[in-house]
Amino acid sequence: MSTMRSLTFDAIIIGGGGSGLRAALELAKSGKKTAVLSKVFPTRSHTVSAQGGITCAIASADPNDDWRWHMYDTVKGGDYITDQDAAEYMCSEGPKAVFELEHMGLPFSRFDNGRIYQRPFGGQSKNFGEGGQAARTCAAADRTGHALLHTLYQNNLKNNTTFLNEWFAVDLVKNANGDVVGCIAMCIETGEVVHVKSKATVMATGGAGRIYASTTNALINTGDGIGMALRAGFPMQDMEMWQFHPTGIYGAGVLVTEGCRGEGGYLVNKDGERFMERYAPNAKDLAGRDVVARSMVMEILEGRGCGEHGDHVYLKLDHLGEEVLNKRLPGISELSKIFAHADPTEAPIPVVPTCHYMMGGIPTNVHGQAIMQDADGNDQIVNGLFACGEAACVSVHGANRLGGNSLLDLVVFGRAAGIFIEGALNEGIDYLDASESDIESAMKRINRWDESSGGESVADLKAELQGIMQNAFGVFRQEDNMQEGVKQLADLRGRIANAHLVDKSGAFNTARVEALELDNLMEVAEATAIAALERKESRGAHSRYDYPDRDDVNWLKHSMYFPAEKKVGKRDVNFKPKTVDTFEPKVRTY
Amino acid sequence: MSMLQVSIYRYNPETDSAPYMQEYQVDTQGRDLMVLNVLEMLKAQDTTLAYRRSCREGVCGSDGMNMNGKNGLACITSLSQVVKDNKLTLRPLPGLPVVRDLAVDMGLFYKQYERIQPYLQNDEPAPAIERLQSPEERDKLDGLYECILCACCSTSCPSFWWNPERFVGPAGLLQSYRFLADSRDTATQERLAELEDPFSVFRCRGIMNCVAVCPKGLNPTRAIGKIREMLLANAT
Amino acid sequence: MVTNITNLGRSGLSDWLIQRVSAVILALYTLFIVLYLLFNPGLDYATWSGLFAQTWMRIFSLLALLSIAAHAWVGLWTVTTDYLKSTGVRVGAQIVIILAIFVFLVWGIQVLWGA
Repeated sequence: MSTMRSLTFDAIIIGGGGSGLRAALELAKSGKKTAVLSKVFPTRSHTVSAQGGITCAIASADPNDDWRWHMYDTVKGGDYITDQDAAEYMCSEGPKAVFELEHMGLPFSRFDNGRIYQRPFGGQSKNFGEGGQAARTCAAADRTGHALLHTLYQNNLKNNTTFLNEWFAVDLVKNANGDVVGCIAMCIETGEVVHVKSKATVMATGGAGRIYASTTNALINTGDGIGMALRAGFPMQDMEMWQFHPTGIYGAGVLVTEGCRGEGGYLVNKDGERFMERYAPNAKDLAGRDVVARSMVMEILEGRGCGEHGDHVYLKLDHLGEEVLNKRLPGISELSKIFAHADPTEAPIPVVPTCHYMMGGIPTNVHGQAIMQDADGNDQIVNGLFACGEAACVSVHGANRLGGNSLLDLVVFGRAAGIFIEGALNEGIDYLDASESDIESAMKRINRWDESSGGESVADLKAELQGIMQNAFGVFRQEDNMQEGVKQLADLRGRIANAHLVDKSGAFNTARVEALELDNLMEVAEATAIAALERKESRGAHSRYDYPDRDDVNWLKHSMYFPAEKKVGKRDVNFKPKTVDTFEPKVRTY
Repeated sequence: MSMLQVSIYRYNPETDSAPYMQEYQVDTQGRDLMVLNVLEMLKAQDTTLAYRRSCREGVCGSDGMNMNGKNGLACITSLSQVVKDNKLTLRPLPGLPVVRDLAVDMGLFYKQYERIQPYLQNDEPAPAIERLQSPEERDKLDGLYECILCACCSTSCPSFWWNPERFVGPAGLLQSYRFLADSRDTATQERLAELEDPFSVFRCRGIMNCVAVCPKGLNPTRAIGKIREMLLANAT
Repeated sequence: MVTNITNLGRSGLSDWLIQRVSAVILALYTLFIVLYLLFNPGLDYATWSGLFAQTWMRIFSLLALLSIAAHAWVGLWTVTTDYLKSTGVRVGAQIVIILAIFVFLVWGIQVLWGA
């Protein structure tokens, strides 16, 4: 124990994706001693896969665009459990954050007047839903995430950010008062385990789509931050809310951007019918993602699916012409040819709703400070712990995220967390040091794996977990299935606790990383399952056969999952934006 | 049912005194899998096998490796593209030190990337909105900004093999030109001054291995030619 | 910034330019000699030395000689820096090459402009 090396920082940011890099940039500029700790080289983070764009009212496509319209869409899109103070902050601060990105060099596509190109995306409207479809998603062709992530990494290089690349954060270290004072981390290249001491620990660890068998997410999206926070005893918010993206390539799960439909593409069933006209007569293919995904599943269940097994639908793009496809959607054409063997200039792309985004996560305020609840159910700040990006639940996405809002979330709240932490560090932060036993309890998990001498294999258990989640917690859910799923997960937890890490070597041991990731997947899956079972209504992405309606009397609330008791509580949704009138819940149609 | 013969470069610095090739057999059930799928099947059998991967769709650049003699991304290279005589040989990217098995130490590659100052430089005060750029000016960045830093190009370049410390390499030079070509960047003179020595740019011998292997279809050789033109125009 | 003291032009750009200009001169000179030989099938010593007695031919030949010296130095310098990783061996080889080029150059001038 005493031989373990320790590293000390003012702030440690776990995760090198969009939100982590944006927070790091803010802190690097401030001169604070900060480091980004990432299990992959930062440009390999999943932000790189974002395609369509970053939604923001910069008034380029429409000079009269208003961030309040964007806020309305976001609140409605989230089926009214979006925190309105957070949505207000994101939508009003958004333009500043987007212009900053442009000034940093992000190669946005352009209109003829030289301004940033914006395309229509799902759920976008003008004039609070009264003015028709808006075009509000700022794009760099269909590689916006790639352009954004590289730009942020480049600007971190410019500002001399310290990087701990290919380091894996294992668990949080809490002191005797329950404050988060750092983490245990492992250098993947050497296998060395160190104690990272920090006054602020930022969870920018992204999503956990890999709890499902079919997902658009990268293989690295294993919910490491969520797992760490749950094991440290902190609650999670809205974990039942998982977005299924309408257009994952059938079979491969690879994402095809909503921008395809923004540029004029549409979905057809086996009869060639543009079926979204029936489900969403106004917005059609640009309705909320949850609405489109459900409609697709309905078509498939009712026997109008395409292909030999009738288990997918087609995304038609050929009518857009080669020029639009090459200019606006070059990456999609490439992916479609590789993974669907379909050239979109000639053939439609087979698509199916695919797990895409975790709306839930670590509950935070707009400054990125993690929140828990005291005994009376009041919000309480967790000292030393911050979260931003997909790992956080601010909550701007509520029960369903709008396309293009995730990239905005990353930069707005990454920046906000950075600014807040800088201020807090200036004022002075002084927490009790972690004791030897505090550190030891954070080491328990990695020690367990390193001491394992028998048991099931990580790969098999992971596949089983993904199967359970896919079957019982997909687009449509129902009580008995979920009950069974929760039971299977409980059994699985016991087996994972006894699973075997065969390879215990130090250097670049990816088997150890995958074992540690499996624990995190387990935590996320269980939180998702128990929260989903508890929410007895249908709202946004959470859709139940047995409770098909939204229940504003009982469930106009965030769910809060408490890991120690494995119980679900509720937390009030914020309906008090500072500068605009509250958007009251209405029936949500597109 | 014939099994796919897979031969993989193995090296664990803790236990192996020298690298060796290990033979595996994989039952692909006749499917045209991606090379990464095959690696995952093998990893489930033999957890000691080490390689990098992340997005599995060719945009993160993690799984660059040498497949039957040619560099590429394992996740978007199908077996039908590379397998010959039912045999697949996988080696780490050539020219960089091996960390373990198929994972190489990318330090030198990243160092060359950092050397070209891969960020926009503009000393004029930023406007309240974005800096304007015409679609024509923006078009000049196409074929440049898409680089994913997978290192397939630089590690297939003999000039980079011989002088990885001094020749920037195709990936770094492509990014260098991405900023030279950006109408918003004002550091052209400083950038060019850093490149006119005999190694940084001029070790490019126009071999064009970089163009042949780039999984994103980019053309570093053309970008290098453009840099040379700019240097020439600047100095004469 | 990579520094170099042994390359010819002290800059990659000038080396690159020298390499290309000298290549063009050498190509023209070679072409001229080949054509001259083709058009003078029964060439004898008197005609050949007559050609080299003319001032323009001597200048042209000197230009070609200087070009080959520069071209060889830039090219071989590159080869030595590519393949000879030991500094001692590389500097030694470069000295041998430069002496050889010098000797050939002086000798060539002597042949051209001498008796």
